[in-house]
Amino acid sequence: MSAGFSMNWPAVRAIYLFEMGRFWRTAGQSILAPVISTTLYFVVFGAAIGSRVSAVDGVPYGLFIVPGLIMLSLLTQSISNASFGIYFPRFAGTIYEILSAPISPLEVVLGFVGAAASKSILIGLIILATSALFVPLRIDHPLWMIGFLLLTAVTFSLFGFVIGLWADGFEKLQLVPLLVVTPLTFLGGSFYAIGMLPPFWHAVSLLNPVVYLISGFRWAFFGTADVSIAVSLGMTALFLVICLGLVTYIFRTGYRLKS
Amino acid sequence: MPIISISKLSKTYTSGFTALRDIDLAIERGEIFALLGPNGAGKSTLINIVCGIVTPSSGTVLVDGHDIASAYRAARRAIGLVPQELTTDAFETVVNTVSFSRGLFGLTPNPAHIERILRALSLWDKRNSRLMTLSGGMKRRVLIAKALSHEPRVLFLDEPTAGVDVELRQDMWRLVRDLRQQGVTVILTTHYIEEAEEMADRIGVIRRGEIILVEEKAALMRKLGRKQLTLHLQKPITAVPPDLSDYELAVAGDGSELVYTYDTRAERTGITGLLTGLAAAGIRFNDLHTEQSSLEDIFVGLVREERAQA
Repeated sequence: MSAGFSMNWPAVRAIYLFEMGRFWRTAGQSILAPVISTTLYFVVFGAAIGSRVSAVDGVPYGLFIVPGLIMLSLLTQSISNASFGIYFPRFAGTIYEILSAPISPLEVVLGFVGAAASKSILIGLIILATSALFVPLRIDHPLWMIGFLLLTAVTFSLFGFVIGLWADGFEKLQLVPLLVVTPLTFLGGSFYAIGMLPPFWHAVSLLNPVVYLISGFRWAFFGTADVSIAVSLGMTALFLVICLGLVTYIFRTGYRLKS
Repeated sequence: MPIISISKLSKTYTSGFTALRDIDLAIERGEIFALLGPNGAGKSTLINIVCGIVTPSSGTVLVDGHDIASAYRAARRAIGLVPQELTTDAFETVVNTVSFSRGLFGLTPNPAHIERILRALSLWDKRNSRLMTLSGGMKRRVLIAKALSHEPRVLFLDEPTAGVDVELRQDMWRLVRDLRQQGVTVILTTHYIEEAEEMADRIGVIRRGEIILVEEKAALMRKLGRKQLTLHLQKPITAVPPDLSDYELAVAGDGSELVYTYDTRAERTGITGLLTGLAAAGIRFNDLHTEQSSLEDIFVGLVREERAQA
């Protein structure tokens, strides 16, 4: 490291804008896809099924699923954006440029993870806006909502970054998001309160880390939660620390980056 | 002070393969240094270590006085790298990818500088084209533009003209000479000996991870160059007279030429004795010329010599 603590901000900016450029190049697809999927969820769960489901914790079912829908997209988008962002230069060979530039690991992470988190937050907000077309929105704690949105996007973008470094093929890139994250999100209370489950499955659900994210996020909307807000926040922060630790280890050892 | 000082540099990969062994090398400021070696000799590993892409097992590298490990920012800022592979971001435009490279090196955007580089490399008309639409030669130019975007003091060209046409090769040679004029140190690895012969000030030969020779090009060719003397005979002969057998003469041109190969390093070339012997044998000639061996011949000779010793 060079003497003193100085940041190469132009490099962070360059990586960030380069990654965001990829998003804007496919803006139609990036924006339209979440709008369509949100609409479909509202058609199926809101109108078709939701009309037969009574209010959950005093919240109409159509409105109840809004935080879960946002969280579902936020998690999958954060992971896929960040994992693809770092995997593609490795796959194409352009990673040589990052490795030979005067950039610290922290700056690389800030650029890639910052862009991935920005994209997923943008998509989260698009889903929120689309939801407003179907149900009257209610956000009791807007600052907490933004806080959870940021924290979750950054944490899962870091997780995606780790997956992008670990993967040595496109199959592995999809493995964790498809086989682990999506099932955990569906079973984490996106479309129901885990209090509705029988005691055994309720206890099992508490082992699912996504429960805490969705619960905390839903509390920011409606003031009700499956677990306490402090526990939700603590679990999210813990996952953030684990991801930061993994990324630090990867850059220190050069794992999958340098031979 | 050399612009690059490499000391006791070794690299053994996790597979157990040792790519470099105790390399000591100094690259002088402003020179064009050609690193020659057969495939797998360690050329790219050496370059990749200096540029920060591969981690050395031991040894130190200083770039412009900055250690590549402890002062990596200052060291890397001085370096531009053109890799061997045509690795480009297919969907980006030329101007964006070159500007991106400049940003990575901590510099603020400078459209005028980028325009200068793109014009110098005949890329200006293609500045808004996506990289995937460019030919291989154009992509190679883009990689050079990226490497020059942050105005490096040292430029590494790893096989710069592999697979490019003659016109582009000439363009690149011209560019390298221009860069040298501007004070940029150029280190190139190449398979084309012609390229090293054309451009380099000094030559290094690497084999099996060891530098077996570093020499001024002219001195190398003088020292190791073998010369051939060809005599055009007045009357053809069918065999070399037995009295001249010590000279290992070769009969060529259907007997109308005698070829004598001699070593310029030898104390005596044997030319005087040969001419006397020819006169005594009654062999007359009406013309003669000499020919110096190329760098390629020298290189092949060196590598063969090493193989024989191994």
